[in-house]
Amino acid sequence: MRTYVNRAPQDTRGSWLTYAGLTVVLLFSAFPVYWMFVIATSTDAAVAQIPPSVVPGGEFWTNVNEVFTLNDVFFAASLINSVLVSGVITLATLFFCSLAGFAFAKLRFKGRNGLLVVVILTLTVPNQLGIVALYIVMGKLGWNGTLLAVIAPGLVSAFGVFYMRQFIAHAVPDELVESARMDGALTLRVYWNIVLPAIRPALAVLGLLTFVMAWNDFQWPLIQLNGTDFPTSMVALSDLASGNYVIYRRVLAGAFLATVPLILLLLIGGRQIVRGIMEGAVKS
Amino acid sequence: MSLTELRPASRRPVPPPAPGKSKHWLYRFDTKTLPYVFISPFFILFAIFGVFPLIFNGIVALRNWRLDDPTLTGWAGFGNFQRLFGDEDFWNALGNTFGIFLLSTVPQLLAALIIANLLNRRLRATTFWRIGILLPYLTPVVASTLVFAIFFARDNGMANWFLSLVGFGQEAPLDWRAAKWSSWFAIATMVNWKWIGYNALLYLSAMQSIPKDVYEAAAVDGAGPWRQLWRITVPMIQPVVVFTVILSTIGGLQLFNEPMMFDENPQSADGGTAHQFQTIAQLIYKVGWKDLDLGYAAAMSWALFLIILLVAGINTLLTRRIGGAR
Repeated sequence: MRTYVNRAPQDTRGSWLTYAGLTVVLLFSAFPVYWMFVIATSTDAAVAQIPPSVVPGGEFWTNVNEVFTLNDVFFAASLINSVLVSGVITLATLFFCSLAGFAFAKLRFKGRNGLLVVVILTLTVPNQLGIVALYIVMGKLGWNGTLLAVIAPGLVSAFGVFYMRQFIAHAVPDELVESARMDGALTLRVYWNIVLPAIRPALAVLGLLTFVMAWNDFQWPLIQLNGTDFPTSMVALSDLASGNYVIYRRVLAGAFLATVPLILLLLIGGRQIVRGIMEGAVKS
Repeated sequence: MSLTELRPASRRPVPPPAPGKSKHWLYRFDTKTLPYVFISPFFILFAIFGVFPLIFNGIVALRNWRLDDPTLTGWAGFGNFQRLFGDEDFWNALGNTFGIFLLSTVPQLLAALIIANLLNRRLRATTFWRIGILLPYLTPVVASTLVFAIFFARDNGMANWFLSLVGFGQEAPLDWRAAKWSSWFAIATMVNWKWIGYNALLYLSAMQSIPKDVYEAAAVDGAGPWRQLWRITVPMIQPVVVFTVILSTIGGLQLFNEPMMFDENPQSADGGTAHQFQTIAQLIYKVGWKDLDLGYAAAMSWALFLIILLVAGINTLLTRRIGGAR
């Protein structure tokens, strides 16, 4: 029998093949993370075994303890630094981007459209290509080798401004803002009492995406913090994996520790992250 | 909401409150100045840490700028750029970058299309599948690459174990890091793993905005789901395909984390014993912060910038040609 498909795919019920395909994709996605955990819980002997063991061992705390007690890696401190760096970047991005997004969406000022075009154009600028000069700028400021140098460039994002502007234009009714104005409310009050409560979902999306990006950032933190006593967790991890004698179970215990916070975020805010990406939440 | 459409701002911007005389200055500040105060943090920070470094980078590239020898300054003219042409390391890194880029982008986007098509059905537990395929996107590359490095290890690696099951590498196990093709393949696998789910969600989002009557009206005789995908769905989401091609071009040509962490000694930035998988971004890091030659590293950044522009342009045209005109 020939099948004539004139129905939209989204109205077609998934067949067992669809589920089988998706299950394979899911296993492919999850396996490396699962295996990270397996090795992080294993002994040296189990890691070297052929065929490879795919069942977690019981050595997780031993391995974690080794990671934390390695003197020159500063792993425990690095986790705290990562929380600090990513946290500050996230909060600042949410605040600055929602302010600017509000202005672009609801306030009247000269040059509004022109400036918005500038924001959109800056979306396309690959910042990574300016790192040499950025390093020199940080040197002039005296910030090289500090957490400040890692935090400062992340405090705002063009994507965040644009995302907030789009959301606010849509989610905050003009009438609501108008009537508040009639009652004599100043702009700052409108922002605080009307805009902020209305854009909570967008704040969650942008916050999660920003945090993930900041946490995973490697190149710039490596340039800034390699060899200092206060690396971020990615820098500490690369340190842990360097050297002539690398112990897999220890390295992967570190890798797992640095991944856990993001797994938790995915469990808590997965829905928001999915929505953010599907709404076009992208940043190169 | 998407990046490709600009929602119009409110047509009637908020009218200011009626001015009371005593509050005149406050009123003026609130309506005239405050909007600029609101947008200024973005513009100030972006100017200092985003735009200025990019422009200043061009100046640094034309100068001698060494971290180990501050006395060696002055204009180098185009010396740094000329040096690029004769620099074997640069051309080698360029080749590696493109090799890994091709091996990762094409399979990645094709797989993403097919997975998006799987997700674009009436499914049970929709959100579960979507969240599940995002796990690689969230996992830090630095961490996942370490897992893959063990997967592709020469001794006791899982990849070699699979190969041995089908009869390869019985005498001498494959040293994945040693050759260009195998190290590129391993690194491309990591890149694909990370980005397939993310791109699938972008495609899915575009697929779901295709009006249903497009499918109903299209009388494609005997079209199974497969032909429906290629004849109707893909042409309809072409703008997003172009967008993902541009994104993966920009990202892929700046590849840094994977080759860094795949190295046996990650912090050397060598990209293998014979630089067999050293990418340009890695070379820039090495020249700048290991060889301490910032002027040359800046010139290399500019070269990479131009290459990205060029390749992104070509890829856009290609994607339009392939996906459109039907």
